[in-house]
Amino acid sequence: MKPPPFSYHRPATVTEAVTMLDELGPDAKILAGGQSLVPMLNMRLATPAHLIDINRLDELAYVRVEPEGVRVGALARHADVEHDAAAGRAIPLLAEALRSVAHPTIRNRGTTVGSIVHADPSGEMTAVLCLLDGEVTLVSRRGERTVPAQDFFVAPLTSAAEADELATSALFRRPTGAATGTAWMEVARRHGDYALCGVGAVVTLNEAGALTTVRTAYISMGPIPQTLDLTLEAIGSNGDWRAVGEAAAAQLEPEEDIHATARYRRQLAVVLTARACRLAAERAERARRAAPSHPTGGAGRTGSGVEGER
Amino acid sequence: MTPDRGPTEQTHDISLTVNGVLRQARVPARRLLSDCLRHDLGLTGTHVGCEHGVCGACTVLVNGQPMRSCLLLAVSVDGSEITTVEGCTDPDGSLGPVQRAFMECHGLQCGFCTPGFITTIAAYLRRNPNPTPEQAREAIGGNLCRCTGYQNIVASVLRAAEIMREESGDAGVPAAGHGRGERA
Amino acid sequence: MTTRMIGEPIPRREDPRLVTGQGRYLDDLGAGALQVAFVRSPHAHARIVDIDVTDALDVDGLVAIYTYEDLAAADEAGSSHLSEPLPLLIPHPDLTHPRTAYPLARDEVNHVGEPVVMVVATDRYVAEDVCDRIRVNYEVLPAVVGLDAAIEATHLVHPDIPGNIGAHMVQERGDARAAIAAAPHRLELDLEIERSASMPMEGRGVYARWDADDRTLRVYTSTQAATSVRAAIAAKLAVPIDRVEVIAPDVGGGFGVKVVHPWPEEVLIPWAAMRLGREVKWTEDRREHFISSAHERGQKQKVRVGFDDDGRLLGMEFQVWHDHGAYTPYGLIVPIITTTQVLGPYKPGAYRGEFWSLYTNTVIVTPYRGAGRPQGCFAMERTMDAIADYLGLDRTVVRERNFIQPEEMPYDHGLVFQDGRGLVYDSGNYPALLDKLKALVGWDSFAEYAEQARAEGRRVGIGLACYVEGTGVGPYEGAHVRVETTGEVVVATGLTTQGQGHQTMLAQIVADELGVPVERVTVTTGDTRRFKYAVGTFASRTAVMSGNAAALAARKVRAKALRIASEALEVDPSDLEIVDGVVRVRGVPSSPGAKTEIPLSTVAVLSNPLRYAFDAEAARATQFAVGGSSEEPPVAEDDEPGLEAVDYYSPPRSTFAAGMHAAIVETDPETAEIKVLRYCVVHDCGNLINPRIVEGQIHGGVAQGVGGALYERMVYDSAGQLLNASFMDFLMPYASEVPTVETDHLQTPSPLNPLGVKGAGEAGVIPAAAVFASAISDAEGFAITRMPISPSELFELRERFAAGEIPPLRSRSGHISGEGRFVRAKEDSR
Repeated sequence: MKPPPFSYHRPATVTEAVTMLDELGPDAKILAGGQSLVPMLNMRLATPAHLIDINRLDELAYVRVEPEGVRVGALARHADVEHDAAAGRAIPLLAEALRSVAHPTIRNRGTTVGSIVHADPSGEMTAVLCLLDGEVTLVSRRGERTVPAQDFFVAPLTSAAEADELATSALFRRPTGAATGTAWMEVARRHGDYALCGVGAVVTLNEAGALTTVRTAYISMGPIPQTLDLTLEAIGSNGDWRAVGEAAAAQLEPEEDIHATARYRRQLAVVLTARACRLAAERAERARRAAPSHPTGGAGRTGSGVEGER
Repeated sequence: MTPDRGPTEQTHDISLTVNGVLRQARVPARRLLSDCLRHDLGLTGTHVGCEHGVCGACTVLVNGQPMRSCLLLAVSVDGSEITTVEGCTDPDGSLGPVQRAFMECHGLQCGFCTPGFITTIAAYLRRNPNPTPEQAREAIGGNLCRCTGYQNIVASVLRAAEIMREESGDAGVPAAGHGRGERA
Repeated sequence: MTTRMIGEPIPRREDPRLVTGQGRYLDDLGAGALQVAFVRSPHAHARIVDIDVTDALDVDGLVAIYTYEDLAAADEAGSSHLSEPLPLLIPHPDLTHPRTAYPLARDEVNHVGEPVVMVVATDRYVAEDVCDRIRVNYEVLPAVVGLDAAIEATHLVHPDIPGNIGAHMVQERGDARAAIAAAPHRLELDLEIERSASMPMEGRGVYARWDADDRTLRVYTSTQAATSVRAAIAAKLAVPIDRVEVIAPDVGGGFGVKVVHPWPEEVLIPWAAMRLGREVKWTEDRREHFISSAHERGQKQKVRVGFDDDGRLLGMEFQVWHDHGAYTPYGLIVPIITTTQVLGPYKPGAYRGEFWSLYTNTVIVTPYRGAGRPQGCFAMERTMDAIADYLGLDRTVVRERNFIQPEEMPYDHGLVFQDGRGLVYDSGNYPALLDKLKALVGWDSFAEYAEQARAEGRRVGIGLACYVEGTGVGPYEGAHVRVETTGEVVVATGLTTQGQGHQTMLAQIVADELGVPVERVTVTTGDTRRFKYAVGTFASRTAVMSGNAAALAARKVRAKALRIASEALEVDPSDLEIVDGVVRVRGVPSSPGAKTEIPLSTVAVLSNPLRYAFDAEAARATQFAVGGSSEEPPVAEDDEPGLEAVDYYSPPRSTFAAGMHAAIVETDPETAEIKVLRYCVVHDCGNLINPRIVEGQIHGGVAQGVGGALYERMVYDSAGQLLNASFMDFLMPYASEVPTVETDHLQTPSPLNPLGVKGAGEAGVIPAAAVFASAISDAEGFAITRMPISPSELFELRERFAAGEIPPLRSRSGHISGEGRFVRAKEDSR
């Protein structure tokens, strides 16, 4: 289990990196954190002729809170995002979901953008990006473009990024509404393993406390992350989150693998949808009560719920 | 499947500060940091258990952060500061607090996974000097051990924290103590 | 007084090295050696059509490529035996169709991972590059995967072995079938356990160097049986055995897989080293370990029992279909153990044990910690639970009623055990163990707790399992003990260490026997330069075998020391004692330099008539006069120079440790996740030498038991591909999955050996699958018959249970008597 030979390139700027991508052609691969790529190299499941190491592109090593949400640069490690206090206040779901991404040691090196570009249907941050209406910024010699999350994931391990494009950042949008609550829940065989089913939920309430939106996103429940709008079901079910879970699961087509049957995965979707939505709704309600008369602009309040306000 | 290798594989000159000592090596791009430490620099304390980033035996500190050295290319961390288990001793070369705790609590059996635990715990306790038993268990959650059942490793984490507190002269009441279950 | 060391939980002597990265495991040795990688079969069953190495030849750094043809040519040219199949280590008359592999496949491969081509190169990276460029053409044959396919035998693994049956064996005491037929009640259970594996953190590895000047071969190998590897290498490579040295360096865990020998690599690497005149090393990687070493556990079982109204066993028939993989190098040890140790602490009435050991196109099956015992324990304990449920009795009551009682010891089951000796339990107190377990786990108050949990919508269950473990099997181990003239004591034993703390435990024994501080005792294991006769480390045998051998050897040394000291001090030996490394007259206060005492170091000097005064000890010795008149030889006819001795311990039969475990689990009513709330162990391995080490062995065993019960399995597809050959998908538990283990001990000494000890190494793992099956059944209200169990499987079982396809436990369904079935089981009552 040793990597095959390849030639190594270490650009100092984004411009240099995309020039290399262009010149080296489709046999070149980007090395960021490498926590998914290097195992594949070691097992010789990936045999790129060239590796372009972007670990010196310090310009991409940032986590930034912007008016719309949190922008994560391509060199921000999972741990950087997880521990960024401002990002945590803006979108508590980021840290909550990140704590389910492998183990801390992996998060110290692995990058959030890298895991999104890897497009593993079991990768937590793919679903979080979808749930939060995020987008990925891609840069190539041809220019820059932004791909919405809904269009970014094409197939297992295949994203919309072209061979000559470098993903430079991902934007996670802050949920809007008077009061919002979010939650991440998953069941994995061992703590830190890829989830058998993982669910992220966003619940938004109006100032009167009535549900306005309920959305969920799933990992390990299809070839790409699955996003559902369950607002109607939630309003119709009148607080019966289990029924919402059933409605969600009916829309999912999970597959069987060596760890779980499809039927069991669907059961997990029912249960975890109900649990995540219930928790997100409680958090939304807490957020609403914390700011009864001051809904702040379009961004609203986001309840983390885990330890009250953080 | 494998791309053609040239007559001689391209190499890179790298320098790493390993356990405080500047070390230089000439390595091919594909040399894993684990292999570089073990075979190029002769520091065989870092062990290789799976080479796909799951077992944690190869964990070293890169600029103070625990990372899997089997998932890092040596050339990619050129210029970094690396701490291996050999560097977890006290400055005078005697056993460091985590190492002493492992010995006192029987936190190891075959010892193969131990270096990865020791580096991980050393970094953890720097940030969280007063772990509870639950946090101590969480701190070692990404490392596999096939011998101990982890119970005495959890105890070692707590004991190491205690030793570090004793040594820093902090006689304050430990937040954690040793849960009966964890040291039973 | 010197503190008595036996029984003390002292820290381990080996730790300072290991915690600082100064251990020397196989791959830490041989910097600069050539490295080996193998082309291994990608098919479970295929004929090798041809091997084309053309593309590989121009890889920079390639040194050599070897195939079976090269082995045959070498045999032809010399006197090696590499083109013959590897040895059958443990033949057995009932193993009528044994088969072992060639070191490199000859014309057929029988499992994915079987070595076909060996590549030697300047480093492992290059060796793997070469492997990628070697093309082997295969004619793929139908694969036999899983016990059902093996039994069905539509296809054969080896065309000349009918029915895929390697062995069929029956052991019977009394007429079990008749006893069952005549019993008031009968039950029948179909059970299954899946494959797992030892999976030590360090894989296998071999490093060889040939000294052409000295004509000596030194081989380091990560083994559990150094002396046997030495004999195998000598025989296979035709090197005189006294020119072969085999050393087990620090070994990163074994758990059974490293006791197999010789592995193909253990003869191929030294062969290449001799042939090339270069140091050669192979370090197994994780993928290789999954597909090229060994697995264990896979069995299907059928139990038929007859019992009386009190739940006492009257007759038991136990049938086992054992999957032994593609070859049988290790014989029938595992199924023999399963079908004998199934009896546990119970009197079965009449008993018939029968097994079929079957070939499949999968990795070989050889002992993994527990070695067939977990499967046997699972069968018996599921049976005990079934009887309890059938009769509406508490599960502990049925067990108690079937226990062998302390006053019935020694108890002869009338069967033959794995060592070919009688299955005779030496000692034990099973009722006392059960009492301790019930107290520890709070058995009697659990119903109340469960009731309360149920009211809160939680589902909890309690389970228990009991086992008896034959430990310390023979035939022998030996030890060498020597007091150096510095007063240091060096000890060597031939068996090997994989992390069990033997260097500490044996030092404690020798320190006590000799009366020296334990810090002065240094122990070497697994180095054939130091000790050449040994069996190996398996079957929880080191404390019993090498422990007693070390004690006996130390006693000889002590006797000699007292004899020499008595001459020097001119007192009777019986008036002397050794305290803190000083021989002194009993009852006389210590007074260094006085004629009433003499340090052992000085005695060591006196023991050798050649006494050059290299050091102060030798100079000091000149004040003492020993030896007879000048007419006698300086070394008497019945004496030897030096203060040292070798002795061996060879027991008539195994000693039997016992234990009982209980667990409380919670199963999530919605997600079917299984959480271990408590895990309790009571354990009796006789006298404890180092309680801390014993406790550590139990913790580790339980963790492996948890893995085997709830997480680990080898998932083959029907073509024989191992689908989860990585730590990503083979789910060895992390700290987050392993419960805190609560322990209590009973110490019933073994009457068979001087130290009164029994083995402890495997105990922790044995009952875990049975315990969890019992606890999950209790939580769910229906019987679990197949392990391991995952949340997904539990969910599917619940669905079937809800659909009425699985019967409820009677204790849950309310009807204690009358109609009822124990899952897929047939029974009737009269």
